Amino acid sequence: MANPAGYWREIPQRYRLEAGKCKSCSEMYFPPRLVCARCGSRQFETVKLQDKGQILTFTIIRVGPSQFMDETPFAVGIIELDGGVRITAQIVDCDFEKLAIGQRVRLEFRRIQKQGEAGILCYGHKCVPI
Amino acid sequence: MRDVAILGIGLNEKWGELWDKSLRDIFVEAALHALDDAAVDHIDSMYVGCMTGGMFVAQEHLGCLMADYLGVNPVAATRVESACSSGGAAFRQGFIEVASGVSDLVMVGGVEKMTDVSGDEATHALSAASDMEYEAYQGITFPGLYALMARAHMHQYGTTREQLAHVAVKNHRHGAMNPVAQYPFEVTLEEVLGSVLVADPLHILDCSPITDGAAAAVLCPLEMARKIAKKPVVRVSASAQASGTLALHSRKDLAWLESTVRAAEQAYKMAGKGPKDLHVAEVHDCFTIAEIMVLEALGLVERGKGGQAAESGMTALGGRIPVNTSGGLKSKGHPVGATGVAQIVEIAIQLRGEAGARQVKGARVGLTQNMGGTGGSSVVHILEAC
Amino acid sequence: MAGIIGYGAYIPRNRIKVEEIAKIWGADAPSYKRGLGLEEKAVPSPDQDTITLSVEAARSAIARAAIDPREIGAVYVGSESHPYAVKPSGTILAEAIGATPEVHSASFEFACKAGSEAMFVCLCQVESGRIKYGLAVGADTSQGAPGDALEYSAAAGAAAFLFGRDNIIAEVNETYAYMTDTPDFWRREHQRYPRHAGRFTGEPAYFKHVLGAAEGIMAKAGMTPKDFAYAVFHQPNGKFPLNAGKRLGFTKEQIETGRLVPKLGNTYSGSSPLGLTAILDVARPGNRILMVSYGSGAGSDAFVFTVTERIREVQDKAAKTRDMLDKNKVYIDYGTYAKYRGKILKAE
Repeated sequence: MANPAGYWREIPQRYRLEAGKCKSCSEMYFPPRLVCARCGSRQFETVKLQDKGQILTFTIIRVGPSQFMDETPFAVGIIELDGGVRITAQIVDCDFEKLAIGQRVRLEFRRIQKQGEAGILCYGHKCVPI
Repeated sequence: MRDVAILGIGLNEKWGELWDKSLRDIFVEAALHALDDAAVDHIDSMYVGCMTGGMFVAQEHLGCLMADYLGVNPVAATRVESACSSGGAAFRQGFIEVASGVSDLVMVGGVEKMTDVSGDEATHALSAASDMEYEAYQGITFPGLYALMARAHMHQYGTTREQLAHVAVKNHRHGAMNPVAQYPFEVTLEEVLGSVLVADPLHILDCSPITDGAAAAVLCPLEMARKIAKKPVVRVSASAQASGTLALHSRKDLAWLESTVRAAEQAYKMAGKGPKDLHVAEVHDCFTIAEIMVLEALGLVERGKGGQAAESGMTALGGRIPVNTSGGLKSKGHPVGATGVAQIVEIAIQLRGEAGARQVKGARVGLTQNMGGTGGSSVVHILEAC
Repeated sequence: MAGIIGYGAYIPRNRIKVEEIAKIWGADAPSYKRGLGLEEKAVPSPDQDTITLSVEAARSAIARAAIDPREIGAVYVGSESHPYAVKPSGTILAEAIGATPEVHSASFEFACKAGSEAMFVCLCQVESGRIKYGLAVGADTSQGAPGDALEYSAAAGAAAFLFGRDNIIAEVNETYAYMTDTPDFWRREHQRYPRHAGRFTGEPAYFKHVLGAAEGIMAKAGMTPKDFAYAVFHQPNGKFPLNAGKRLGFTKEQIETGRLVPKLGNTYSGSSPLGLTAILDVARPGNRILMVSYGSGAGSDAFVFTVTERIREVQDKAAKTRDMLDKNKVYIDYGTYAKYRGKILKAE
């Protein structure tokens, strides 16, 4: 993960939440795709995801990958953004005891990973309760 | 399409942390046991199920490697990958090759060597079964993904942590009777619930371990088996596979295994059987919640009622439909690519009546369910005693 | 005439109290609180850095300005904690707000006045007509060496300003720079923590430049303290800005709205800029504001702003600085603070 080219390629999605909307049936895809799984169309338009949503499910990672050591334990969940698209994202600046299915959150720009002390920095969005 | 039978089965000696055995050692050991059990002196083709020789031991080209080391060059040998259902998918490919008439004797083996890398690196390798750019990138682990499913299931159906723990207790009780198992000992409900939390609500004892191991089977046409088999013949009456979305967040219902439902439907139809006809099953309990959800997807219990099944004893030895008599992934271990084939081996052992202390009396119809990732792939087989 | 057309701020939610830090180093908390005029400071989470804070502040500025980010001609982040030593923070910021690819960027550094320097350069580019809009951010996640006086105050925050010629909310009436070679506080390349020259950082450094810039700009503009509704000075601690204000002839009331440091800490390049955002959140049309930054090394940038009618339309369009400062706080202990700030040695 996060070799420079592979990371750079996903920037429109990670920084600007750019999704693809099928021109035929309006199904939304994040990340965007080449073909609509619902209707088979290959025509899409770029649409930005909304930056607010609700928690569908969540967990607290207590034993995590070593590169997330400084943040462990951390909460992560599946969030349904207003507009219908679902994403997997960490939930931060939250009280674990108060996390609940249905809770409203907004997306905030955060650093997701870094490649050691000398590699690139990788950014994206996490959720914050509102 | 010809009917297909299992002529021989085998596992390597023991599943666990096998410091002095390499990937090729483990596979060949299991394959030799299967060849001996089949009592054949040659095979026509071979499939090797393995999730990632590349990320665990930096070795690819596994079909070639194993055919070479098993001494069966120049037969066709192909590595099959479907994350944690690599073994099941490999078995299905072997089934198809025999059923179609292309080959008569096909070896299917599954193997994974997971302990040469650190725990952190193993976790990273396993995360490759999820969406690397949109799930794993965010920091979610596999226990984390199943924890998300567990919480959704608990929210929708009232499933409890105790019910999850009962699955682990049951599978350990079975595994304690399996000499090959990685953890052949019982655990109590208190021990499971008191074990360290990995990803709420899953404790470490809700999770299958990191394991080295291999399993193998030799397939042939049923007609041939009836003539030459030295052991009771087991027929593969159904082989089915289905795909789901890769990312959990793309599923419509986070607490439902759509791909298992579809594979099971196809398998039941192919075998002309239903859930009520099953006597024994091996399912993919990578995490306790997985077994609960699989029972529902297989139609063994009503949707949402999977939690009660283990608690009630329905799926324990002696119950209505014993599940994971081998100990399951939890107690037997989960060398990823081997699991699907090992499930077949356990059911074959049951249908042959060779399961000893773990024997399900009068077992004649068994089912295996092998799953990749969070349910992105499901492979279901139905086996019957002849 | 050019000026600010949008502004935004971001303050992380974590706080650590002076008592927590003093406890670890065996220091007397009450005397530190008195001496520094400081109670607690903002601490960034491990996933926050100058870039993430800048993006959030900039998004608020764009929301207030209500412009198309593609028309931003320059994006500058001023900081002394840029995540990359080589690769401007502005490249990632510009990409995140959708200002790329027709945009200038570079990283600004001048200790705590890197943000105001960026503001000055954006203003000039807009005034010259070369660019339509310029985005200047002052942001830091500054570090203080363990046990050092600076550890009590080094904090994190970001303030972003969009400059333009239309729909101005705060006109820039005058600017002034006062800069000399003064070795009061510095950090050599590859060093983890900055060094400072103790009491020398007072009179010959902070006060000389802040007062010099303030007096200089007022003389240039023909103004006196009573012409201003608000004044905000660089705030390394709670006392210096009060002292500077008093010596210049400002009242405590004029300074208090922008003086965030007692509960925020010193946000370095974000220091006086964040104070300015807090003022803009409550300012009324016609209010005149004096802002004087200070960066060690040393220099001060001064600005005179006049708030326009349009301010009322934008104040509520994004998060307010005092709300971020006072609400939803999460208090952490020193161990958590040390972990978050990378002060604990890890295995290779």
